[in-house]
Amino acid sequence: MSEQALSHQPRDDVHTEPGAIRFVIVALAVLFLLVFVVLPLVVVFASAFSRGISAYFTALGQPEALAAIKLTLLIAAISVSLNLVFGVIAAWAIAKFDFAGKTFLISLIDLPFSVSPVISGLVFVLLFGAQGFFGPWLQAHDVRILFAVPGIALATIFVTFPFVARALIPLMQEQGTQEEEAAISLGASGLQTFFRVTLPNIKWGLLYGVLLCNARAMGEFGAVSVVSGHIRGETNTMPLLVEILYNEYQFVASFAIASLLAMLALITLLAKTILERRLDERQVPSDH
Amino acid sequence: MTIEVRNLTKKFGDFAALDNVDLRVADGELLALLGPSGSGKTTLLRIIAGLDWPDSGEVSFDGENALSRGAGERHVGFVFQHYALFRHMTVFENVAFGLRVQPRAVRKDEAAIRARVKELLDLVQLDWLSDRYPSQLSGGQRQRIALARALAIEPRILLLDEPFGALDAKVRKELRQWLRTLHSEIHVTSIFVTHDQEEALEVANRVVVMDKGRIEQVGTPGDVYDNPATAFVHGFIGESIVLPVEVRDGAVRLDGKALNIAANGYAPGAAKLFIRRHDMQIGPAGSGSLEGSVKHVRSFGPIQRAEIALRGEGKTVIEIDAPRDRELQPGDTVSLQPRRYRLFAAQD
Repeated sequence: MSEQALSHQPRDDVHTEPGAIRFVIVALAVLFLLVFVVLPLVVVFASAFSRGISAYFTALGQPEALAAIKLTLLIAAISVSLNLVFGVIAAWAIAKFDFAGKTFLISLIDLPFSVSPVISGLVFVLLFGAQGFFGPWLQAHDVRILFAVPGIALATIFVTFPFVARALIPLMQEQGTQEEEAAISLGASGLQTFFRVTLPNIKWGLLYGVLLCNARAMGEFGAVSVVSGHIRGETNTMPLLVEILYNEYQFVASFAIASLLAMLALITLLAKTILERRLDERQVPSDH
Repeated sequence: MTIEVRNLTKKFGDFAALDNVDLRVADGELLALLGPSGSGKTTLLRIIAGLDWPDSGEVSFDGENALSRGAGERHVGFVFQHYALFRHMTVFENVAFGLRVQPRAVRKDEAAIRARVKELLDLVQLDWLSDRYPSQLSGGQRQRIALARALAIEPRILLLDEPFGALDAKVRKELRQWLRTLHSEIHVTSIFVTHDQEEALEVANRVVVMDKGRIEQVGTPGDVYDNPATAFVHGFIGESIVLPVEVRDGAVRLDGKALNIAANGYAPGAAKLFIRRHDMQIGPAGSGSLEGSVKHVRSFGPIQRAEIALRGEGKTVIEIDAPRDRELQPGDTVSLQPRRYRLFAAQD
């Protein structure tokens, strides 16, 4: 009798550490975040504005800086829109159909994540460089891929490919194919089914993937650095320009560009948090 | 619309979901496909709908080949087991979907679509829910919306996959009756899949019993219950007592002892004796061909269910249903005599 009564008492302390230990663990985590995440961010903005606001905007107004911003936006626009299409197609194929080699395709999609970005860039040098596989043919036909916009776009697309597909595959797998089957049996065409049923169901997940894809496309350094050729005002993206300016001791200009990228990161983080909340709400199962 | 299925075979890898199935469904019929899971009933339904394709065989609607058409061109209303309502659309838009995706040439105008959806929501008595989303509905409401959505395209055939499978017992009962009433009103040829015999027997005009990708029996609910064609049907529909017996010298023997029943020309050898629980007559000791002692008695409704340990080598315990007027006590020795029974081959 007494034993039973005891076992029914709530035991809050079973899974909890003493208060002091809890405090130390939390403090360590906060300290770590402050030193490794918040501090660098503060330094970026502090250095960017160290000579005042006008110096900051002068630095951003330099032709070189404007060219880098334009190129970065162009590359992001190209690679995000292409990866949006490829990602949706790949996720659709994997989530809604069964075919031989499906597992292989899934691991192939992950490949860009597991390869060092520098290697990803190098692949394109080996393919399209002067000594590369397609090099002689490209030279003969006067097509420039390496050290030009196409090369940078290719490298960026490669590195950012997994984001959209990865965001969609689990979502689409969980949703299954029944709603699509229902649409088809009600007489909808393939396109109608996609735009009226599939797309609305995945829109938040898709936006999430696009957001992360965009952040990486704008911030990519390694792969782009290998294929860009660092031609000033032509093939320097923002991350590349940050490095160049820094190496030339133009700290304000360098940190001014860096501050733009940091802001992009903060906005991405905010949007990501909002989207994740939306996605969680959508996860509430609608049947059962 | 009549449906005819001939020599239909469908394999998933080595597993034969459908094995040479033939079936004719008459116009306006309400047919149940009944069987355990894996019996192929849902696969058959999906092939008729055009959501799956057979490896071989034919499906025709009113004598016209249906397999040459896609699901969208068959004018089949399909109600999915988990309803598959479009989660991002309101109830109204769900029901309107089939009308909105029609080719422009035949599409109704907005006012006509609204009127039709209203009419359908009235039919399923849920017009007050038209602005809700599927996640805000109960299971029974979703089921009825799914049905209204399927009916919107004025289907020539209505197919329902486990229509009441995901609902609780009380809602099931109500919806069964409601479906039967609805069918008698709209009279569209309908097939529904179920693993629940009670559901099949209570709702359908005809029942198709399936097992392991084959049709075991087709008949009215009374037919399949009273005259099961195979051991599987006897065991699957209604509660049965099954005794391993041997037919020898024209007598049916349990543990070598002849039972006082005719072999009805059943070939000598091992067999299974099937008896309905309520077809076993209880009498005072020595009056029947089986003897046993009552172990346990439970009474509910008009019957009492008794567990009886049969005397003999097998130490078999059977459950029988007896009328309440007969006094039974645990420990009583009683004798049993099958009133009606069937013999089937032993290997099934």
